[in-house]
Amino acid sequence: MNILVVGLSHKTAPVEIREKISFSEKVLPDALHKLRQYPLVREGAILSTCNRVEVYSVVRDIEEGIAQVKKFFTDFHDSVNPKDIQPHLYVYSAEEAVKHIFRVASSLDSMVVGEPQILGQLKDAFEYSLSSEATGVVLNRLFKKAISVGKLIRTETGIAESAVSVSYAAVELSKKIFEHLEDKTVMLVGAGEMSELAARHLKNNGVRNVVVSTRTYQRALKLAKEFSGKPIKFEDFPNEMVHTDIVICSTGAPHYLIRYDMVEHIIHQRKNKPVFFIDISVPRNIDPEINKIDNIYLYDIDDLQSVVDANKKEREKEAEKAEEIINSEVVTFSNWFKTLEVVPTIVALKEKMEEIKKAEIERTVSKLKNITEEEKKSIESMATAIVNKIIHTPLIALKQETNSEDGALFIEAVRKLFNLDKQLPHHEHKKKDRG
Amino acid sequence: MQCPLFSLDTYKAKNVNYLFTPLEVRLLTGFTIKIMDKPMLINILFLRIALFLYFIGAALYLWNLVSNKKGIANVALLTASAGFAAHTAAIIIRMAEAGYIPITSLHEAISFFSWAIILTFLITAFRYRVSALGSFLVPLAFILMASVAIRPMAIRELPPMLQSAWLGIHTILILLGGAAFALSFVAGLMYLIQDRNLKAKKIDTLYRKLPSLDILDELNHKAIVFGYILFTLGIITGSIWAEYAWGTYWSWDPKQTMSAVIWFIYTAFLHARFTYGWRGRKAAYLSIGGFIAVIFTFAGINLIIKTIHNFTS
Repeated sequence: MNILVVGLSHKTAPVEIREKISFSEKVLPDALHKLRQYPLVREGAILSTCNRVEVYSVVRDIEEGIAQVKKFFTDFHDSVNPKDIQPHLYVYSAEEAVKHIFRVASSLDSMVVGEPQILGQLKDAFEYSLSSEATGVVLNRLFKKAISVGKLIRTETGIAESAVSVSYAAVELSKKIFEHLEDKTVMLVGAGEMSELAARHLKNNGVRNVVVSTRTYQRALKLAKEFSGKPIKFEDFPNEMVHTDIVICSTGAPHYLIRYDMVEHIIHQRKNKPVFFIDISVPRNIDPEINKIDNIYLYDIDDLQSVVDANKKEREKEAEKAEEIINSEVVTFSNWFKTLEVVPTIVALKEKMEEIKKAEIERTVSKLKNITEEEKKSIESMATAIVNKIIHTPLIALKQETNSEDGALFIEAVRKLFNLDKQLPHHEHKKKDRG
Repeated sequence: MQCPLFSLDTYKAKNVNYLFTPLEVRLLTGFTIKIMDKPMLINILFLRIALFLYFIGAALYLWNLVSNKKGIANVALLTASAGFAAHTAAIIIRMAEAGYIPITSLHEAISFFSWAIILTFLITAFRYRVSALGSFLVPLAFILMASVAIRPMAIRELPPMLQSAWLGIHTILILLGGAAFALSFVAGLMYLIQDRNLKAKKIDTLYRKLPSLDILDELNHKAIVFGYILFTLGIITGSIWAEYAWGTYWSWDPKQTMSAVIWFIYTAFLHARFTYGWRGRKAAYLSIGGFIAVIFTFAGINLIIKTIHNFTS
């Protein structure tokens, strides 16, 4: 019995390949059903996002299992030539597979480390597979664990903190200047993709008032409607700046639109209430000297990019911490997985019974005072007989069921019913120590 | 042998006047049994526990400022709170042991001042959840307390002049006001650092740990307003007491003069803030300068000019 991942991602395959073999929500139940038809596949789950397509499975034999899951890929997408897919597929098994899903859940394998979507996508994939009854004891546990590891890493490390896009960096900086954005006003001077994106992020983060000023009033009207803001004529924007806390400038003008003396005048009128200027235009539209004025903060496109770079470096550092957490979680999971094998379970069960038997005999014998050696022996043999009779049928059932669909379930049940995992080191609790 | 821990007589007779006596230092390497030879009042024991916890809290908070490790701030806050509890106990017990409000000697006053700083910090921490504040305020309280650890701290007979309720109220108000000024000082310092980070585009751990400029300016302002009110009331009660003790409300003693200067500076500043919007860096510089002047008036002036208005008499 083994855990297997076969799939491809943005790291191994271009989008043309990924889109060809992806599984849409519509076909997922059918795909999961078909996956289970392969004789070696005991459990299955499919994760299909725009960046990765992966089939998780529990197989009876590694070599054969890999071949069958790969065959599933090409069988299901029969319009695709197997030769086109094969070179892009990666395969992880056993501990490597566990590590892989933990890394995926933690976004360490994502295009942008720390991105939040993958965790939700993994949850959805799990729920689909669960409701299609494709998963079993092993994958259920694996996915639940992966989701909790993903959450743990996001809270325990900083991989998901700090902005990694220019437009979001603008929001982050605004929050370091203003704290609350709810009562702030943002003004767009000129418009472009990036400044609109920044304005949208700011709105999502609480900014209520948006003022739009573009060279053509028509455009301003349209944009203002989009942001439910206020359009103003282009020549009015310098006066409007007095009431503006964040100015995002992005025009095609070849010269400084916002000059030092203008800003000096504004800050005086504003009684020193800070203004955050963001200059996305190239060539720049805001005189860089204004950064020297008290309570004025100016960031141009390069400055924002350097913030993003610093944040990315920070995330990479945090990713190292995340890898450490993953490694220890992989060990925990592997330990549990090992207990699912039938032989150690039988041995453990027998040992436990033997232990109980011995203890009880000792107790009884010590209470009986004038006991002969013969009597003692017959007590012992009675105890042995009782124990053997009781565990006889469970052991037979265990041996038989191991090779059935629900084998792992039986083993898990026996371990729980007889409390056989007590002796194993309890890794579950280690999680707390790390905090 | 009666338990010397509780005996005021033994305590007064022997020279357990210091937070750390030479003998106690030796104790660190010697036998703990020796503690029984030298009686230690419960309040001093608690004071030591507080000092120790402040030290740990300060170290944790400083570590938190430069580390990305999560959870340090919580442990630090817990430690500082425990220190504060011990400190509060120490002050209350000392009050019971001495029979007066323990703010009559330099040691007692600084101890109370540190207590007030931590109190201010805990209140703000509760309201604003800015862990970086602790990285400045807790070390400040610790340094203040540690700097007078070798000063005499015996419980003594108060001269009749000092046995007045006005004196207690005056000192408490002034020290609470001073603690608020300490908060404004720290907020101002943090403001200047964060302002520089933002202007220079310096995106480092310190930048991430420090809160927004808005919060820092708000803290600075509120602390100054609170401090100003307490300080004003402190001056008023002080002059009432002066009337009782010296027969005059105001005698232009160096300490009084300095206090008046500080009061005028803060008054002028608050006026400028309301009318001209003096905020941000200007406010930060003022709160730093103001606090230095307060500390100088409080402790330093006695070393330079002779004044009757001191704690060591």
